[in-house]
Amino acid sequence: MRTFYLAIKYLALLLWSSFIVFPFLWALSTSFKDANAITSGATYIPWLQFEPSTQGWASLFSDGSTGINIVDPYINSAIVTISASLIAITLGTLAAYGLSRFEFRAGFIKNNDITFFFISQRIMPPIVLAIPFFLMLKTLGLLDTVYGLILVYVALLLPIAVWVMIDFFGNIPRELDELAMIDGCRPIGAFFRVILPNSIPGLVVAGMFCLIFGWNDFFFAFTLTFTKVQLLPVAIVSLNSSVTPWWSLSAFALISVAPLVLIAFLVENFLSKGSLAGAIR
Amino acid sequence: MLEMRNVNRAVDGEVHLDGIDFTFEAGKFYTILGRTGAGKTSLMRALMGLMPLDGGQVLLDGTDITAVPVWERKMAMVYQQFINYPHLDVLDNVAFPLRRQGVGKAEARRRAREFIDLVGLGDLIDRRPAQLSGGQQQRVALARALVKEARTLMLDEPLVNLDYKLREQLREQFPKIVERNRDSIILYATTEPREAMQLGDEIIVMHQGRILDAGRPDEMFLRPRNITVAELMGEPPISSFRGEVSEGAVHLAGGLRIEGAGRTLPAPGEYLIGIRPEDVQLGGDLAARVTMSEISGSETVTHLILPFGELLMLSQGVSVHEPDDRLNIGFAAADLFFFSLDGDLVSAPDREGQD
Repeated sequence: MRTFYLAIKYLALLLWSSFIVFPFLWALSTSFKDANAITSGATYIPWLQFEPSTQGWASLFSDGSTGINIVDPYINSAIVTISASLIAITLGTLAAYGLSRFEFRAGFIKNNDITFFFISQRIMPPIVLAIPFFLMLKTLGLLDTVYGLILVYVALLLPIAVWVMIDFFGNIPRELDELAMIDGCRPIGAFFRVILPNSIPGLVVAGMFCLIFGWNDFFFAFTLTFTKVQLLPVAIVSLNSSVTPWWSLSAFALISVAPLVLIAFLVENFLSKGSLAGAIR
Repeated sequence: MLEMRNVNRAVDGEVHLDGIDFTFEAGKFYTILGRTGAGKTSLMRALMGLMPLDGGQVLLDGTDITAVPVWERKMAMVYQQFINYPHLDVLDNVAFPLRRQGVGKAEARRRAREFIDLVGLGDLIDRRPAQLSGGQQQRVALARALVKEARTLMLDEPLVNLDYKLREQLREQFPKIVERNRDSIILYATTEPREAMQLGDEIIVMHQGRILDAGRPDEMFLRPRNITVAELMGEPPISSFRGEVSEGAVHLAGGLRIEGAGRTLPAPGEYLIGIRPEDVQLGGDLAARVTMSEISGSETVTHLILPFGELLMLSQGVSVHEPDDRLNIGFAAADLFFFSLDGDLVSAPDREGQD
């Protein structure tokens, strides 16, 4: 009976993993194909079923005449996503701590309303925000710039950071803050010396969400830039001309998800430690 | 000297502290006895500055410190939950308050080490709190509170979340552990009368946000100011019922009569009469019906119903009584407490020279 359950369990895992992994494998094999191999039906195994070509990968680093240069969009995406995430996490963490520990009141507006205000920004469909953002950046002269994108992404990522961190701080006993203050810390000292060092798992989760959302966003990267600044998702789409270069597209897709996959592996290992256990029993 | 003057605090209409006036003297170990919700924790939080007051003042050596924030009050506290800094090992947990006072790292660690040894965790200084048992975690918290050698040390039911054996063990070690802090004002909240009497130089009895009475444990036990104090000062608690004193005897409902037998009875009239469970004996002329019996092993508490009310009887060892069993019990007039119908003590058993 035990073996049976085990078999079922692994079968389910296997099914699910293949569902997840197959697209990657498909993209990987496609990235080594050329036009010939693509059009001759579904093939999987290099050398046996098709002759591998490095054309797709090479095109990513060309000067633009035969493909597209991936380096600039990659750097732009990295700058925008990382800066916006850092700013959003910093502001979001401070806001979340304030909202979880102090009472604010402005007329009928209380902590919960402020929290909802943050989160509600993610409820609106992006298209609603696109026009105001466009006009704001235009007025500021920040359209088609890295700074403009960072600004917009901070606004988009902040709710995520606040959301994750409020939940996280809510699970840290208030007595821990009190203890720090009893032991001589001012509230800000209690935050930096005690609460923050114990919030690393929360910061990591929030950071990961921000990086994923920021890195993968196409819509705002597309509407708020023209020619000077291009981010990865937009660059991928721009590959698609009259003849779709599937090999370049696949190589491009793989190389753009690579950092996220790497981060996910690192973070998973880190999060499983559960370093908050033992704060309170 | 730490003083509370007419301190009040209510949250959403629920009274936590109701006109607290009290002066704590340095070098005394105070136990605060009261049920859950009596205001013990609130009282400590008010002294610490962890809670805003609705009214009143807290004074330290005559200086008003009501507005002084907690981080400047230099007091120490141990919570009933085991709270430590999860990201620091035992040594740095205990050194933390010293570091915040500006003590150098090496010196802070050296002093922390002394107190870690004192609470018996010398072998575990490089563990994180999560790697310790509950009892060990609370010892870390204790060491961290003691290391500051603060002038005021608050212990809010520090042993309540430990299992029985550990609790007994740590309670025994307690006087030794706080030895170096004996010049301070020590406050220790508890719900257990036995613990309060064992540890305290002075017991403060709290009920519904008020201090009902305070004094030496023996005085408080022998002459409780009122019926509520008497109830809180014993476990199992004192039983009480109405009765009338006349013609040198106590008359109870159901035509029962207990002779004065040499006891100086209060003036004739109606009283609330109290009898401690340990003063009720099996064998006597009062017919009682058993409603329940609780056996703890070394003792048995039997719940009885008599014509004049309910009564608890404490007997040594195991004595099994089933519900609805009929027993004959008795007690002596010499052991009775007389309270006015408002609950104030009128006459207590005469125990002079008995201890």
